[in-house]
Amino acid sequence: MPGEARGARRDGRIVIVGASLAGLRAAETLRDEGFEGELTLVGDEPQLPYDRPPLSKLVLLGKAGAEDCGLPARRPIDARWRLGVPASGVDAAGKSVVLADGERLPFDRLLIATGTRARPWPVPGEAALEGVFTLRTSADAGRLVAALDAGPRRVLVIGAGFTGSEVASACRERGLEVTVAERGRAPLIGALGGTVGDWATRLQRAHGVDLRCGVTVTALTSAGGRLTGAEFSDGSRIEADVAVVCLGAVRNTEWLADSGLAAGPRGVACDAGCRVFTMYGIVTDDVFVAGDVARFPHPLFEYQLIALEHWGNAVAQAEIAAHNMIAPGPLRRPHLAVPSFWSGQFGLNIKSVGVPTFSDQVVIAQGSPEERRLVAVYGYRGRITAAVTVNRAKWLEHYRRLIESAAPFPPGPGAADHLADLEPVPSDVPDPRVLTHGPTVALTGHLPDRRLTLVRHDG
Amino acid sequence: MPADASSADTLFRRITDYANRADPYPLYAELREHKVARQEDGKYLVGTYDEIAALLHDPRVSSDLRNRAEPDPSIMPPEGPPPSFIGRDDPEHDRLRRLAMRPFGPPHSPGRIDALRGDIARISGQLADGLRGKSSFDLVDDFAFPLPVTVICDLLGVPSEDIPQVHTWADTVVSGLDFPPDEDPGARRHAAYEARSAMGQYLGELAEKRRHSPTDDMLSALANEDGPEGALTQQELMVTTVLLLIAGHETTVNLITNGMLTLLRNPEALERLRAEPELIPSAVEELLRYEPPVQFLPQRTPLADIEVAGVTIPKGVPLILVLAAGSRDPLRFPDPDRFDPARRDNQHFGFGSGIHNCFGAPLARLETQIALTTLINLLDGPRLLKDPPEYRNSPVLRGPRHLLLGQGKH
Ligand SMILES: Cc1cc2nc3c(=O)[nH]c(=O)nc-3n(C[C@H](O)[C@H](O)[C@H](O)COP(=O)(O)OP(=O)(O)OC[C@H]3O[C@@H](n4cnc5c(N)ncnc54)[C@H](O)[C@@H]3O)c2cc1C
Ligand code: HEM
Repeated sequence: MPGEARGARRDGRIVIVGASLAGLRAAETLRDEGFEGELTLVGDEPQLPYDRPPLSKLVLLGKAGAEDCGLPARRPIDARWRLGVPASGVDAAGKSVVLADGERLPFDRLLIATGTRARPWPVPGEAALEGVFTLRTSADAGRLVAALDAGPRRVLVIGAGFTGSEVASACRERGLEVTVAERGRAPLIGALGGTVGDWATRLQRAHGVDLRCGVTVTALTSAGGRLTGAEFSDGSRIEADVAVVCLGAVRNTEWLADSGLAAGPRGVACDAGCRVFTMYGIVTDDVFVAGDVARFPHPLFEYQLIALEHWGNAVAQAEIAAHNMIAPGPLRRPHLAVPSFWSGQFGLNIKSVGVPTFSDQVVIAQGSPEERRLVAVYGYRGRITAAVTVNRAKWLEHYRRLIESAAPFPPGPGAADHLADLEPVPSDVPDPRVLTHGPTVALTGHLPDRRLTLVRHDG
Repeated sequence: MPADASSADTLFRRITDYANRADPYPLYAELREHKVARQEDGKYLVGTYDEIAALLHDPRVSSDLRNRAEPDPSIMPPEGPPPSFIGRDDPEHDRLRRLAMRPFGPPHSPGRIDALRGDIARISGQLADGLRGKSSFDLVDDFAFPLPVTVICDLLGVPSEDIPQVHTWADTVVSGLDFPPDEDPGARRHAAYEARSAMGQYLGELAEKRRHSPTDDMLSALANEDGPEGALTQQELMVTTVLLLIAGHETTVNLITNGMLTLLRNPEALERLRAEPELIPSAVEELLRYEPPVQFLPQRTPLADIEVAGVTIPKGVPLILVLAAGSRDPLRFPDPDRFDPARRDNQHFGFGSGIHNCFGAPLARLETQIALTTLINLLDGPRLLKDPPEYRNSPVLRGPRHLLLGQGKH
């Protein structure tokens, strides 16, 4: 290893802000790659890092406790943990992180991994009602499970993105009545487009969900501080004693407001090596970012800055960021992983590779919606940019390779299980503004021009 | 260019040549140089990791021999029921595999394999006890062979008095896969076909009995399936259970045997496993990479022209994926010809990959882990009496026919 060691920065002080998936995996990678200096992890949640995907799946079903989702420690990281206290700022010139309790943590290199939080219901008085929940943390999940255990007569889910759809699925599996309200035309449409969204509509209805699309919740009604129901923009109303607000995520960047870094509501912008830009667009060399809070350029998507709320991205990017924090310049690596995502709902395993919203057309390449088994392939200007599988994850790697090699769209003939010679149709990705929930993939650079001509829904 | 003994288009002939059975690895290295090698008879061989991975995940690559442009009588029976799911494509493959999985593993039967742990340990212990005090023995006949058959028969619900018969059938079927150098393959294949039918018949009748008086074995579960997708038809049930019996038979035997052979050739690895038994699971993975029981997959056919590493493999030709070559690809595995029981990041092709990846892998892993642990603990200073050992004919299911070991003071 002497060759590798040359120029490597193995000592000094590294501070990681955000002690969740990206933060933990970065810490482990730093030690794996020989970092011997002082390592501090700062997290505003009181507990050790835990995994979020089970919170909307196993935990809501009662198959795992909200407290039982701790992330496995894959190796000792010999770190100082500062848990239960948020970082409130970065002094870029003085190279230190300021904590809310006043402590200053000097650093030689900093990793920002503060992720996102649940977007709250916009009317504070209604958001505070008993019976109104969001779902991001294990504490949130614990409270929601307790409410579901109490056997509510009806659960209202506001927003039919992935989280909302998973919550609805868990409620149905528990035998609870569910109403889902979504401003867009269909569930999942913001992430997967209209073709898959229409299928998701049929799926949810077949599972007994009272799905209401194209409407917004205009008010949450209450009595004595307790939720009693909701009113919709179409004039209808329902009674419900639990509402789960699934409006997407807000990036945790406010603490960086005075840092001089390129941090804002769309995330913290960085280069392909996870190095953060200053607000002037100049790249730093001591501040790095990874996970849900990052915006990074991706060559497969025309170097647009993208922000992904994907577990796999948080891990891959954390590993790259950690590597680059200690590797000398020529040995640094770019974060190029093709985005991928999974979700479990209504008994189906949904996975995606690439960025389905970066598309103008889609074709069902294998299987069929009726068979609860399909592969949808997305294209943008004649090349393949994404694929979504339903109960067909084993084929995903093939489509990942096609995306990586910018293979022509639509895919060529010959695939097994190709039931019908379907023609590609418009992928029908709505402008994110028409959705109830925020997008889980945000293309934050220029938009494919198709979006400019896209149908806008009212409301 | 005329085909000579060293040109790439004779590789398949050389790989199947019995003379190269003990050490095919130099041929695999030669194959990797070419990535894709067209053979004199129109077969295509692929031997590099990335290319194999791509083809195993490519939906345009069929496992159904009925898609061959020219039927190959040497591996495809001319008549008989439709193939089992190892030889089918989606969607039928998916339906049949899922129905077979219901009583075997997650999500419907997550505990089934783990519950066999005690039985497997008991059977291994009994077999190993039989070796105690013997100064020499054949590991294949005396240990590695009886273990997996007994286990799969128990699991399916074959009564113990019928196991010897099943054993004989399985043996005949498997030897039908051999490419004997000096013998007309016709007779062997016919016998294999007959044995397969007899086995199917037997299992079908057994399942019929269980339909009326179910017990807690897999046959009962398959026969009485009442899930949302319905049950296997009687014919599907016969073909599927024969597949389960055959697929897990000689493969597991070879893994256990190759395991002891490899450990005895690498005494420092053997010592390490003795001292650190927690390394056994990773050692089994390394064996699956280093000496895999399934050396290549001879049954694939492209459904369209497919470009691989700059070569177009035409629709309908025999496509042979040499898993054992891919698992020793230096571009994927550092120091690939070294046996390293603690190797990390070991995504070998021992169980294939993609939708046909081994159905029985959890069982095979458990059996081999327990078998090797038992042998390491109970054998008294084992040593190889013949190296290389005598191999079976088959270049696909490659493994020693006998592995003569000595133990005790010499
Ligand atoms: C219910 C749910 C289900 C999901 N399901 C899936 C799924 O099926 N598949 C998938 O791919 N992804 C899924 N995800 C997304 C996945 O969990 C995220 O991509 C992942 O958690 C991102 O990790 P991260 O470390 O970047 O951010 P986070 O996990 O958000 O962690 C950031 C941490 O930083 C802390 N923090 C924030 N600000 C500060 C501050 N100023 N000071 C100190 N600490 C701070 C936060 O409290 C948090 O602990 C799901 C997410 C949720 C909530
Ligand atoms: C060490 C032992 C084993 C090895 C090395 C092995 C290897 C393999 C390989 C390489 C394949 C892929 C075939 C292909 O892609 O065409 C496969 C498939 C299969 N194996 Fe195994 N196997 C072993 C044990 C078992 C056992 C114990 C069982 C049964 C319980 C089993 C049942 C199957 C079945 C049914 C398939 C077909 C899967 C499909 O087509 O979807 N195997 N095995």
